[in-house]
Amino acid sequence: MAARTAAARNKSEIRNLKSEIPRRSTLDLDRLIHERLRLGIVSALAVNDRLTFNDLKGLLQTTDGNLSVHARKLEDAQYISCEKTFDGRMPRTEYRLTAAGRRAFEKYLAHMEAILKAVRD
Amino acid sequence: MGAPEPIHAHAIDNIRFIRDTMSRATQFTALPGWGGVLMGVTALVTAAVSGPPDDSLRWVLVWLADACVAAAIALGAMAMKARRAGTPLTSAAPAHRFALAYLPPLIAGIVLTPVFVLGGLMARLPGCWLLLYGAAAATGGAFSIRIVPILGLCFMALGVVAFAVPAAWGHWFMAAGFGGLHIGFGLVIARKYGG
Repeated sequence: MAARTAAARNKSEIRNLKSEIPRRSTLDLDRLIHERLRLGIVSALAVNDRLTFNDLKGLLQTTDGNLSVHARKLEDAQYISCEKTFDGRMPRTEYRLTAAGRRAFEKYLAHMEAILKAVRD
Repeated sequence: MGAPEPIHAHAIDNIRFIRDTMSRATQFTALPGWGGVLMGVTALVTAAVSGPPDDSLRWVLVWLADACVAAAIALGAMAMKARRAGTPLTSAAPAHRFALAYLPPLIAGIVLTPVFVLGGLMARLPGCWLLLYGAAAATGGAFSIRIVPILGLCFMALGVVAFAVPAAWGHWFMAAGFGGLHIGFGLVIARKYGG
């Protein structure tokens, strides 16, 4: 009887531990990247050396205003860099992922994987 | 109020979104639909001019001239489409990946053409060209919209059949592939993928 109670207590402790890992991971999440559009911007730039404003707008199916606001937030955090040039008379804005941005993206991915692993285990 | 979403479901959804975005961000989308249609039209004209393969150098040269015209149309139309989208080809990573996968089978075709001519297999060039052009579209298409590898497989199938039928039918297969497939798929790309 005592052995069964101890086993139940152990199971309960393991359950608590499992639920604790994802909770802690969520709290540690990089909120800047977690937002859907910003996550899209960073993901797209992770596989391209550079992308123009129009590339990102078409890829993420968003509006000029929305993209500008979210790109600016990533730029302010120095996760992406922005370069404005002229192509003939047309203004051209290009974005690149910075080293800090790539690190933050990798950390975010690791978080997501940790959550899944905790649930699987 | 619905039940809160489990956190692992949210993580799976996020990872799926990241993977999907990364995959679409590496696609080469500057393929010219209208350019394809125009290439198809020049191929139909060339098939009418060349007639059946007759083991003459004239037949090969007529088709090589069309290949040069088609390449010029494709490059010009691609540059125009990419420029319209605000992404010059020279700076687009997807374009580089597409070119790297697309070119090797084409180079194989360029090498095999004189081999077929000198080996007395000139009349079998339609099968060789269709097969290798299809292979180029299928491999390059791995970095592009899904319709491109399908186009490649259609070309390859046509090439295989062209090897099996009498060589005198070669110009019909050239017309069906470089003409018909280019026009058909070109129209779909133009309507669905922005020109």
